[in-house]
This record gives sequence, structure tokens and C-alpha cells, in this order.
Amino acid sequence: MTSLYEEISPDPPDNVPVRRVTMTVNGEKRAADVEPRLLLAHLLRYGFMLTGTHTGCDTSNCGACTVLFDGKAIKSCTMLAVQADGHDVETVEGLATASELHPIQEGFKHEHGLQCGFCTPGMMLAAKALLDENDDPTEDEVRWAMSGNLCRCTGYQNIVKSVLWAAEKLRAEGRS
Amino acid sequence: MYPSRFRYEAPRSLDQAIDLLRTGGGEAKVLAGGQSLVPLLKLRFAAPELLVDINNIPGLDYHRVDPDGTIRIGALCRHADLERSTVLSSGQPTMAAAAPLIADPIVRNRGTLVGSLCHADPQGDWASVMTALGGHVVAQGADGRRSIPVAQFVTGPFQNVLAIDEIAVEAVVPAPKGTVAGGYLKLERRVGDFATAGVAVAIETSGELITRAGIGLTGVGGATIDAVDAAKALVGRPLSAESIGQAADLAAQAARPRTDHRGSAEYKRHIVHTFVVRILSRITESAERAA
Repeated sequence: MTSLYEEISPDPPDNVPVRRVTMTVNGEKRAADVEPRLLLAHLLRYGFMLTGTHTGCDTSNCGACTVLFDGKAIKSCTMLAVQADGHDVETVEGLATASELHPIQEGFKHEHGLQCGFCTPGMMLAAKALLDENDDPTEDEVRWAMSGNLCRCTGYQNIVKSVLWAAEKLRAEGRS
Repeated sequence: MYPSRFRYEAPRSLDQAIDLLRTGGGEAKVLAGGQSLVPLLKLRFAAPELLVDINNIPGLDYHRVDPDGTIRIGALCRHADLERSTVLSSGQPTMAAAAPLIADPIVRNRGTLVGSLCHADPQGDWASVMTALGGHVVAQGADGRRSIPVAQFVTGPFQNVLAIDEIAVEAVVPAPKGTVAGGYLKLERRVGDFATAGVAVAIETSGELITRAGIGLTGVGGATIDAVDAAKALVGRPLSAESIGQAADLAAQAARPRTDHRGSAEYKRHIVHTFVVRILSRITESAERAA
């Protein structure tokens, strides 16, 4: 699979040098030929069709494009796809199983942690990065960890509640 | 938004990276954390012909203290590493205070201190901190390494003294001679915004007397401001309400703020004054509590 901006933009196509990259996305090995300037967010969305990763502000302010890169939350609109070569990427599509929502997703559902839902994938992955490291965060720690993700609907209260709900559920399940 | 085309190389050694930069002939850029460079590429403020990604070069992600107390931060040490560092929380209060205030938590997972210094944004927090600490940058080129004081490293907004085939490989905070104290305060409209104003203070004391002081100002001029006179007002005497007031006055005078959407020049100058007083007063208060 080749990912060039020609496919998503009206740039004149010419002989664009591409690089083969392989990475693990949500536990699955994926390969693509990418031009170096392709952003990771765009490879995920337009190359791998994992459209749960949203691009909001495009200037690394909003965090809607947050994914886990080797387990750490990063903004995928501010990383080149070539940089992910040989690395592990987790997107929102990797949270749920075929039959079951992830406790973080359940938390957002249960506590009404979303309205329009645009920021939610990034919020949930920022939450996952936090809960992977700290299974019993205080409200303050949740707010601090989520402070790189913007939401224009909720006023954040229910997002914080959702993450705390998920933390409790994960602890109860012994999954943390 | 996406960048204009560039060639991309990800060398495995500094020597290879330096070679690549030389072949790039000034049209090459080093990519470390990318948290400033990638947005610039996307906005097409930067359009290098070659990008030299140094993330695959082993041995650059360290930060450590030498036996003599010198702190060394490698080119791939991320802000998040410094935020969690026990080395800093136990021994370098100015840096420890600044680390959690850089950008936002997600950007901190990628961005680097050395990259921030190289980017030379007048709004960059680390440049003020390193200025206050009298730090320097170690640059490596084909002919070896050289050390450049931070105050001379930056020549203007987004400009530094690195030669086209040099890489900043390390930032260094010199070993303190006395007991260290200090802090960093930043006013921002929200997390992740650039500083409306920021103040870094680093002092060393011997007994009651201040033996060294540095004050760096963020976001209140065309470049990071080294408030030399303000720092001088502190040295050679104990910290007192009088010396704190003098330093704060001189720091506010050294600021060259401009009125913009973050606030008026007068307001920013006032913030600088307030922050100098606040950081130094906290030092006196904690010294009193300890006594």
C-alpha cells in the first residue's frame, strides 16, 4: 500500500520517493510505502483507514489525534509516519474487543463523557496512557494528564468522571 | 495541513548525521522531538530539503549528574523525562519547576530540552531556565565538540550559532559551588499556550550569602532576556525584602514586552516583577521553615 499526498490532494504527481515502513498497529503488523512528509495521523486515517484518530487543530494544540506510540501518548499530527517505522502504535480502534467495550469506553458512556465525540478518541488514549501508569489517580492527576486534550462541549467535568470511573472498573477487574 | 517535500534520513550515529548535514549544505534540518519543527513544516514556515532524524541514534536520551554536580542533558532527553526526574526534584529546583510547565503532557512525551534551546523561540521556557543557570550547549561537528554558553548560543528569534554541519548533542548545567535554590513561574492563558510571561530564578548560597544568581525572562522580548542587573542586585548579600524588591524592579526594567493578545506590555512587566518577588520570597520562607 502506498500513501502519498497525491491521493488526498490535488498536488501534481511526479516521481515521489517513498519509503517502506512497518509498524505494529493495534497488535497487528502493518506495512506501507510512504513519502517522508506523510504525517502519522494521515497514514492511520487514509492509509490504514483507521478513522477513529481525528485531526482537529492540525497545530498540535487540541490532542484529538492522540495515539499511543510505544505506550506513550503522542500527537500523531505532529509526527511523521516514517518515524513510526519499527514502532508500536495504538489507536482508539485497539481499545474495544469484538464483543466488549474497553472500561475507558464504558466510562465515557456511563458518565456521559462526550457530547459531539470529536475529541473522545484522543481523550480516551490520553486516559489509557495515564491509567497504564497510575491505576488510582486523583481527580487532580486526571485533570493534569488530560490537559493536552481540548474539548469544546463538555466542560471536562464528565470526562474527568469517566476516567475515574474507568480507573475504578479496571482496578475492580484486576486489569490495571 | 502537511509539509512540503523533503528527503528523509534516519542515521544510526552522530558521525553519519553530521555527514548528512554537511551534504545538505545548509538546506538540512535536524529532527529530534519535532514538537516545534513539525508544526513549522506543516505551516511551511520551514521547508528544508533534507530532514535528518536523530531519534535512532543510541545514547542521546540521558540526563545525569556528574560526581562534581554538573548536570548533563542529552539531545533526546524528553521534557517528560525531566518532569519525572528525581535527579532534578532533589537537586535542581529551577529545572524541576519548569519541566511540568512546558507545553502540555502529550507534547512533553516527545519534545526535548536541547531541541527547545536550538529552536530559539523567544517564548521558549528552557532558554530562560538555562540562562538563569548559566548553562551551555555542547555542539558536535566534523572537527569535534565545542561548548557554547546559552547566552551566546541564541543570536535572535529562531536563530542559533550552530554551523550547518553541527548538532547540539547536550545541554550542560555547571556544577554549583554553593547550595542551590530557585524556581520557575509561567503565566499562561491555558495549558499548552506560550507564556504570557515567565521568570526563571537560580541562586546559590553559602551560609546566608548569595554567591551566584541568575534571572532569565520568557516571552517579554524579541529573545530570552538575561536580567543581569537584577541578578547582580542579589549577589554578595543575604536574601531580604529589600534585595528581593530591588531585583524585581530591575528585572521588570530589563523586560521588553510588547502589547499583544496575551496582555499589555505594562501587565507583562508587572507579572515579571510579581514572579521575581514570588520565587525569591518562597525561597526565604522555605529557608525559615527549615531553620
